[in-house]
Amino acid sequence: MRVPLSWLREYVELPAGVTGRDVGEKLVRAGLEVETVDEAGAGLTGPLVVGKVLSYEPEPQKNGKTIRWTSLDIGKDEPQWVVCGADNYAVGDLVVVVLPGAVLPGGFAISARKTYGHVSNGMICSSSELGLGDDGAHGIVVLEPGEATPGDDAIELLQLRDDVLDIAVTPDRGYCLSIRGVAREAATAYGVELKDPAALTVTGAETGGYPVRVDDAQANSVFVTRTVTGIDPKAPSPRWLQQRLVMAGMRPISIGVDVTNYVMLELGQPIHGYDKDRLSGEIVVRRATAGEKLMTLDDQTRELDPEDLLITDDSGPIGIAGVMGGASTEISESTSDVVIEAAHFDPVVIARSSRRHKLSSEASRRFEREVDPALPRYAAQRVADLLAELAGGTIQSDETVIDTQSAPSPVTLRADHAALVAGAPISVEESVRHLVSVGCEVTEVAEGNGTATPAPLAVTAGSAADAGLLTVTPPSWRPDLRDPNDFAEEVIRLFGYDNVPSILPPAPGGQGLTVAQRRRRRIATALVGAGLTEVVSYPFVGDADFDAMGLPADDQRRKTVRLANPLSDEEPSMQTTLLPTVLRTAERNVGRGATDLAIFQTGLVFLPRPDAKPAPLPSVAQRPSDAEIQALNDALPDQPLHLAVVLTGSRTPSGWWGKGQPAGWADAVQVARTVSDAVGVEPVLRNVELAPWHPGRCAEVSVDGKVVGHAGELHPKVCQAFGLPARSSAVELDLEALMAAAPSSIVADPFSSYPVAKEDVALIVPADASAADVRAALAEGAGELLESIRLFDVYTGEQIGEGKKSLAFALRFRAPDRTLTETEVAAARQAAVQVTVDRFGAVQRVG
Amino acid sequence: MSGPNKNYDPVEVTPLHADEVERTRDEALDAFAKAADLAALQEAKLAHLGDRSPIALANREIGALPPQGRKEAGQRIGSARKAINEAFAARLAILEAEHEERMLATERVDVTLPWHTPELGARHPLSLISEQIADVFTALGWDVAEGPEVEAEWLNFDALNFQPDHPARQMQDTFFVDPPGSGTVLRTHTSPVQARTMLTRKPPIYVICPGRVFRTDELDATHTPVFYQVEGLVVDEGITLAHLKGTLDHFVQSMFGEGLEARLRPNFFPFTEPSAEVDLKCFVCRGASVGNPDRPCRTCGSEGWIEWGGCGVVNPRVLQAAGIDTDRYSGFAFGMGLERTLMFRNGVQDMRDMVEGDVRFSRQFGMEI
Ligand SMILES: [Zn+2]
Repeated sequence: MRVPLSWLREYVELPAGVTGRDVGEKLVRAGLEVETVDEAGAGLTGPLVVGKVLSYEPEPQKNGKTIRWTSLDIGKDEPQWVVCGADNYAVGDLVVVVLPGAVLPGGFAISARKTYGHVSNGMICSSSELGLGDDGAHGIVVLEPGEATPGDDAIELLQLRDDVLDIAVTPDRGYCLSIRGVAREAATAYGVELKDPAALTVTGAETGGYPVRVDDAQANSVFVTRTVTGIDPKAPSPRWLQQRLVMAGMRPISIGVDVTNYVMLELGQPIHGYDKDRLSGEIVVRRATAGEKLMTLDDQTRELDPEDLLITDDSGPIGIAGVMGGASTEISESTSDVVIEAAHFDPVVIARSSRRHKLSSEASRRFEREVDPALPRYAAQRVADLLAELAGGTIQSDETVIDTQSAPSPVTLRADHAALVAGAPISVEESVRHLVSVGCEVTEVAEGNGTATPAPLAVTAGSAADAGLLTVTPPSWRPDLRDPNDFAEEVIRLFGYDNVPSILPPAPGGQGLTVAQRRRRRIATALVGAGLTEVVSYPFVGDADFDAMGLPADDQRRKTVRLANPLSDEEPSMQTTLLPTVLRTAERNVGRGATDLAIFQTGLVFLPRPDAKPAPLPSVAQRPSDAEIQALNDALPDQPLHLAVVLTGSRTPSGWWGKGQPAGWADAVQVARTVSDAVGVEPVLRNVELAPWHPGRCAEVSVDGKVVGHAGELHPKVCQAFGLPARSSAVELDLEALMAAAPSSIVADPFSSYPVAKEDVALIVPADASAADVRAALAEGAGELLESIRLFDVYTGEQIGEGKKSLAFALRFRAPDRTLTETEVAAARQAAVQVTVDRFGAVQRVG
Repeated sequence: MSGPNKNYDPVEVTPLHADEVERTRDEALDAFAKAADLAALQEAKLAHLGDRSPIALANREIGALPPQGRKEAGQRIGSARKAINEAFAARLAILEAEHEERMLATERVDVTLPWHTPELGARHPLSLISEQIADVFTALGWDVAEGPEVEAEWLNFDALNFQPDHPARQMQDTFFVDPPGSGTVLRTHTSPVQARTMLTRKPPIYVICPGRVFRTDELDATHTPVFYQVEGLVVDEGITLAHLKGTLDHFVQSMFGEGLEARLRPNFFPFTEPSAEVDLKCFVCRGASVGNPDRPCRTCGSEGWIEWGGCGVVNPRVLQAAGIDTDRYSGFAFGMGLERTLMFRNGVQDMRDMVEGDVRFSRQFGMEI
């Protein structure tokens, strides 16, 4: 809502000299969101006067232009002579003349200057030169005949200096979508009287107006019509009216439309005007029937929904109530008799129609936020008055008034309720005063007289004060005031939020972060310690991502949760794997020159439940039942927390120490080990084939027999598809599953102080036997004396033979209670080797 | 060596003459002093302290003396040997120190050379600030609560007093999950976590809820469709707006510095009543830039205050929908955007830097912000 200060001043006696900024500041403290204050004409200083064209001489110039050497009456004895480049004026016209010494908006200083062979003593101004914006006329401003007298101050006349407050109105403050509402707030803020623009005399007879029938009184509780006959549809809207519309952000169109818009801005009541001659028969307000259509004012034909509330006449629909009128009955250049509609519609009905037709109008924005239901008669009168005054119409005293609106209900609350909500010493007297100032009627009720009990939802705990009760009736323009806390807010904001004390509430002792939260932090810290950098990216994916990953058509990860209104049709799905978005992030980084990259991201993935039913919408009047809460949760996809890692380029660089190491499959697998170590779980690895990984270089990671993810080198095609260097690698782990396997507590084992015995074992085994399995076999055979085992060499070659490899392990033995003898160690070693012989046909390699 | 001979006159045994002993001692001292390095010193030691050295030989002659002469000769030899040993030890210490010094000098390296182990990575600043906020509130005894991102519409809206057709619900620019009518959305704020907390726990409730939220905005310098929020919720007996102010003041001081405060401006949110915007006293100029064109402040635009988030007293309708007794309990809630917080707190200029995943953005923060 754009509010020119001059308009506001008409209804609030603001202290002299206060600026738009001052008012804005006050309104902000009162709870209005004043986004900007535009200072129109801020840089303008006179003299700027009205001049009457006495004569002009066209003088063609060498450059092809024709200037006019013009004399003007500016209210002085001698005419003022100026050079003018425009030609849209005639002798006798009133124009705006800026004289030497003046400064126009934009710092344009005016002086007498020599030009085109004359001394021009000022200039005749165009709309944009005056800071009024481009009026599209491409010429100088010509005033209406008789609008002013030569010599008049044009700054005053054209209201060239004005501050405009731009206010973002919150949904509960619909009444502030009007000068009237903002004026009320300003009057309260400054503690001055409000001159209510709606306080005018209604001359209507309450009967005999244009016939109207309302079939749906729930949706349309008030419908008023007035008729004005014999208007001049071509009468221009006066400059002040146009000016105010422009400042308020609306475009002047014609007198009929401008007046209805003006009254809507001033009072907040949307108005619709019909050309009476184009109406046929009774106006009926009813719901649409299937298949009905309407061409709205914006020349779009709209299919109507049975829920739409319509204004109809004998010809059919002539408007979607409260949203937009129809083209067939609109006021045109030939309209002489106007039927004015001022009505009150249900906010929900209007909101739905507006949304259904994707049609948000000035009217619907107001009705959705509720309009004062007491306004229609006054607003219709105001429109009629203005049409009579400005377009020469005759107001008919005939008036249609349908009004089934019930009066606002009183609410009873504790007199100290606001003080209890605020935790501040607000007296009952002060509460009452603030409630009255926002328009409430307040009566004090002694507690316990049996006639009144506090309304529900009044939080009254924490005080034993017996302050009595208040019965509060909100004003018609504040339908948002329903609950005790609504009234408390009005009191506290006028009491001043700044005056509420600051008290830190003592919470009962907590337990700090949960185990899962601590584990997540540890994982992230471990990854950073391993040189990885955390990134974030959006969770939206599409089929192209899955194709690029090489996922087969029936891959589980292609079954996604889809969005009904995605940002991009290419990415309509929520991620089932973090890899596509992290791979794209990697691609972006590589493209920006970060070729040696190690990044990670954690985030939820969204796994649809095949049997999911729609989530219910339980009543909000009480806690939903446990079954309903269960149903709310069952409607959701599974959303486990995943980790994804991408490694490209070098893991360690080449340098003065020697050659660096490329980041490869082993680094990716090591990341899986690091993450597992961080939370104390032992991962079990095995080779598997799974997209998007290299079929021979993908490790499946399991803990406690459950697969928790994969790590390895990416398939060459995947690297290509995502624009990554060859042999990039990646990891994806289900952190939720991994952390679930973590031990909840660790019991310390005593450790032996007896000496260690070291034994190395080299085994020739089939090439496809995994190191992990051979290691496990050795450990199994070595028994309890084994302290640790470590693979330290892998060898293939001619000496070993085709299809075989040699694995060398370092074993450490130790007993808790004695020094091991050579015989004991040899026996343990032999037992270890024997298991590998039995299991893999291993042969010990000697020498 | 002469054999024992009780009839010998001690003065007749030449090596034991006082002059001779002194000479032997002085020669040894001189030799040690002249030894230029450890090897030379070892040679001199062999010559002057070894088994065949004059002093050792002289020592052996003592036994050949008659008993009456042994004492004096023994003392003479003993003190000379002591002097020689001491001189050796002193010289050895000097030469060893010199040697070590020389050796260490030759082993000097350029410690500024790089090494090959991977450098520390970095957390994303959104994670860091989220954890920092969690720490501020866990220190107060609050818990950190979390919830799903695809959320039931009822929990995202209805339970929070967003009426089905109220403009406030439309203003949330919601992503809806297909098919329409699934009753599920991408949560538009972390408030459903508050609703879940109230449904699953009994008061007193003190929780902070950080998390990722979604709105159908296009990405530009100040907007992103996917962003992070943190919200706080307290439900307890006798909770007031004053408690909200106290909590916000503490929060502001923990995040931005001692002596700062929060300011509340009336506003509207469906889930709180009364509601307010939270402004934060500018932590850079502390208000000194207001009306002071000579000292403009970029952080607050010389306003003295920075818009930070929203807050209010929990609307009793929200408590009611969660089954909390509104006669006994009241609450407050607040919430702010983490991207916005980073923008003014850490001078991040462009929202896009925060969501594009450029490692350079994370790396400038490291592990602490
Ligand atoms: Zn500042």
